[in-house]
Amino acid sequence: MKDLREHTRELLEKGEIAAVIGYRQVSEMRTKPVIVTDPADAEHLVFNEYCLNNLAVYLTKARIKALCRTKDKTLKLAITAKPCDVHSIVALIQENQIHRKDIHIISFNCHGVVKDFGCEFNGDNLASKCITCETHKPLYFDKIFGEEKETPKASDQALARIQELESMTHKERFEFFKGEFDRCIKCYACRAVCPLCYCQRCITDKAIPRWIESSSHQRGNFSWNIVRAFHLSARCTGCGECERACPADIPLTLLNRRMAIEAKRSFSYVSGRSLETPTLVGSFNEKDSDELFM
Amino acid sequence: MDKQKWEPKIVAFVCNWCTYTGADLAGTSRMKYPANTKMIRVMCSGSIDPVFILKAFERGADGVLISGCHPNDCHYNAGNFHARRRWDFFHELLDFIGIEKGRLQFSWISASEGKKFADVISKVTKDIKALGPFTDYQKMNSEFTAFFPEETAEDHEVLNKVEEIV
Repeated sequence: MKDLREHTRELLEKGEIAAVIGYRQVSEMRTKPVIVTDPADAEHLVFNEYCLNNLAVYLTKARIKALCRTKDKTLKLAITAKPCDVHSIVALIQENQIHRKDIHIISFNCHGVVKDFGCEFNGDNLASKCITCETHKPLYFDKIFGEEKETPKASDQALARIQELESMTHKERFEFFKGEFDRCIKCYACRAVCPLCYCQRCITDKAIPRWIESSSHQRGNFSWNIVRAFHLSARCTGCGECERACPADIPLTLLNRRMAIEAKRSFSYVSGRSLETPTLVGSFNEKDSDELFM
Repeated sequence: MDKQKWEPKIVAFVCNWCTYTGADLAGTSRMKYPANTKMIRVMCSGSIDPVFILKAFERGADGVLISGCHPNDCHYNAGNFHARRRWDFFHELLDFIGIEKGRLQFSWISASEGKKFADVISKVTKDIKALGPFTDYQKMNSEFTAFFPEETAEDHEVLNKVEEIV
């Protein structure tokens, strides 16, 4: 923690970076995102198992980008990111939303985070993304802190749920999702926290013609949740922020994870893992499978 | 609803350069195929947004057909390649959410394949007939109608007008 604070203070004092997007402890088992521009404030920065937010969502915000612009040059932006958040940053760079040279990534050797604030860190309260996580060490970083520790063991319930759903009939699955989507209140929190939902104007906000009905009745909820899952398919890095932010507890990870499985199975692609490869849906291969088409 | 009399409603989104011209050929060659399909011409199979399909289901379509140029035959060079990847995901997603894969079908039909067009339309119509009416989405519509009568009345007015024009 001391290293992290010293490192960021130094960078801020030297004027190499405009701001640090980081975490601040607000109570024993809760942190919140904070944007530090003053070197004296660097002492508030923390990193622990309660750093749940995916801070990559701030990188595409116009107000944050404006912080970096000075009269004669563009300053870097520092971000403290868990290894899984680095996947989101990589995806943003792949999609040309940010440049690698503009970002200073401060990452950590991560051994998992809790599923929600206020939970004690152990195998029962591990966030579902951490159970199957394979990147305890970030793939890309400029500075790394923390020691390598072992992740607590837990069972992969999300995958079991997907397999269970896939063994059902179409009608049963439809009824299941109808029940889940029925609770949706169209608050768009899932959209707000997603680092990859960066469209300046979302399709749901377009009123003429209104493609996705805005009132939260079953029909509109279906369209919204299908479109959200589709727009993120093969792009979602699986940070799970949408499900955590959802006030209605809709299992959005099921959809995202199912699409990630499809990307891996059909195209051997995992989103946000390499800066060198183009995104899956942004590119094509003439040799792609043609079996879908008559 | 009388099962004997029920005829499926199918919406086909077809590309201007190949499939639509292929359909034209089927017509001028006086080929026979079922009349259940309503065609909507778009510029490229790559320009079909999945919300078009959701909208079709919302408005009571029992099935949707998407058709474009053969790979390497696209008027815009790469439109159908991009579409192919996207449709793979959308198809899987709909299947996972509980909409049978047969409700959404895809084909490549070139401008000279009038016969193939007639065959594909016959096959899709047969498949959708076997699957039966798509009541899941339609039931949702009627629940919606009970809840928001005014909004739906307006929807129906617009729909009727569109049908008159068509």
